[in-house]
Amino acid sequence: MLEAFQLPFMQRALLAGLLVGGLASYLGVLVVQRRLSFLGDGLAHAAFAGVALGLLLRQEPLWVAIPFAVGIALLITWVREQSSLGDDTAIGIFFAVSVALGVLLISLRQGFAPDAVAYLFGSILTVTPTDLQVMGLLALLMLLLAPLWRYWAYATFDRELALADRLPVLRHDYLLSALIALVVVVSVKVVGVVLIAAFVVIPAATARLISQTFAAMTVSAILIGTLSVLPGLVAAYTLDVPAGSAIVLTQALLFGLALALRR
Amino acid sequence: MAAPAVEIEQYSVRFGEFQALQEVSLEVPEGAFVAIVGPNGAGKSTLLKALLGLERGSMRDGPTRVVGRIRVFGHPPREVPPGWVGYVPQVKGFDRSFPALAIEVVVSGLRRHWPFRIGREERRQAAEVLEKVGALHLANRRLGGLSGGELQRVYLARSLIRQPRLLLLDEPATGVDVVGEADLYRHLEAYQAERGATILMITHDWEAAQHHASAVLVLNRRVVGYGPPEKVLCHECLSQAFGHVGHAHQVVLGGR
Ligand SMILES: Nc1ncnc2c1ncn2[C@@H]1O[C@H](COP(=O)(O)OP(=O)(O)OP(=O)(O)O)[C@@H](O)[C@H]1O
Ligand SMILES: [Mg+2]
Repeated sequence: MLEAFQLPFMQRALLAGLLVGGLASYLGVLVVQRRLSFLGDGLAHAAFAGVALGLLLRQEPLWVAIPFAVGIALLITWVREQSSLGDDTAIGIFFAVSVALGVLLISLRQGFAPDAVAYLFGSILTVTPTDLQVMGLLALLMLLLAPLWRYWAYATFDRELALADRLPVLRHDYLLSALIALVVVVSVKVVGVVLIAAFVVIPAATARLISQTFAAMTVSAILIGTLSVLPGLVAAYTLDVPAGSAIVLTQALLFGLALALRR
Repeated sequence: MAAPAVEIEQYSVRFGEFQALQEVSLEVPEGAFVAIVGPNGAGKSTLLKALLGLERGSMRDGPTRVVGRIRVFGHPPREVPPGWVGYVPQVKGFDRSFPALAIEVVVSGLRRHWPFRIGREERRQAAEVLEKVGALHLANRRLGGLSGGELQRVYLARSLIRQPRLLLLDEPATGVDVVGEADLYRHLEAYQAERGATILMITHDWEAAQHHASAVLVLNRRVVGYGPPEKVLCHECLSQAFGHVGHAHQVVLGGR
């Protein structure tokens, strides 16, 4: 089994899985606690539309998908702030628009549907060095922004108290949604559009079951998100099943365990 | 002469088509204990939020329009050092699923952000103030497991730990038992004696307002009455505020 990880593509897969798992569960803590679980799904589909656009324009899909998804994330946040529609509705609208746009773009050109489908379900074993570099940069950025956790947590606990203490809550909301979009886009290649939300939500939900404090929840979510990658990858390699599915099912198993063992 | 703690001049707030506050003017001298009373929807919470610089609210029913002038210790609300003001929000459908210990909530009042870890000195300060409000035993309890009254004590400790010059309390006695309410006033009066702080407190408990406050503000979108309790809590003022004065208020006022 160990020799499998001497293969460069397996090493890249493992590293990508760890980075994406860690990033998604870190932000997932805020997503879950703010009841924005649907946001992961919405942005994944925005990423999909971006990828379709990139393929149509014959560009590297990532470079098109990143600005596209970040733009949609900012728009969702803007609509949320401007109206009383509710988060799920604002997200749902852009979710639908993105899917419609993605399908339309795919239909415009014959021949690249298989590429686009690969993004729907992800293919962790085809992660390129460029993909890894982008993930690494994003992880670095998140590390640099780690001091902001305390403000994000405060506004998540009670938005009004945070505002009363002069926290620029709105600016933080925009920043957070842009970061979530970035993480979702770089994860699409690894887990696929349909499973991204699981990466964001399940480790955080599991962590909440076993944590007394928000700090503990954050740390455990990152641990769960990264630790479930290895067994998932091994299962994928030995049983020849899609890695994204195997990892998500591992996460779900941990969730079930936490639910059962919780005091 | 020092600026009054709170100065409000011709202050109005409109939420869309709805006039929540109309031409409210009032001045609160430093060291006063003002009880704010009035019917539901009278704009009491809106007024406190205005003092915190939160008047713009969310765009629930169209844009919020605000006119008038507010000064807190001579500053516009948003320019008041946040450490000067302690705030206990109205109990609302707050998110009990947020994983937090009571002591973290208290420390967040000191730091003005959320603690990742709590240092020894902070722990000592938090314990001290929790003790003062009779909630030391709650320090390491999960927030989600606290009763309504316990929660109010923790929030009060949270607002006191920064030793504010101005305390804004939105129905802090809600859900607190009779002993707890007596305690609450005792803590507030002790804190006020110690720091010379100014207190603005929204309450529906007229009797307590009458006994403890140095002034009462009767609010119903506009100022119906403002002054010493015995002057303001008269029959006419109350019927003007509420349309009619129910039996309960007659009982409250009956003794005078
Ligand atoms: N952001 C907002 N958008 C629209 N309407 C609002 C907003 N905030 C408050 N209101 C309305 O303004 C009115 C006054 O609200 P406020 O919360 O100040 O009342 P209150 O006096 O505190 O009442 P209660 O005793 O029930 O707490 C209410 O009718 C409320 O619905
Ligand atoms: Mg209120």
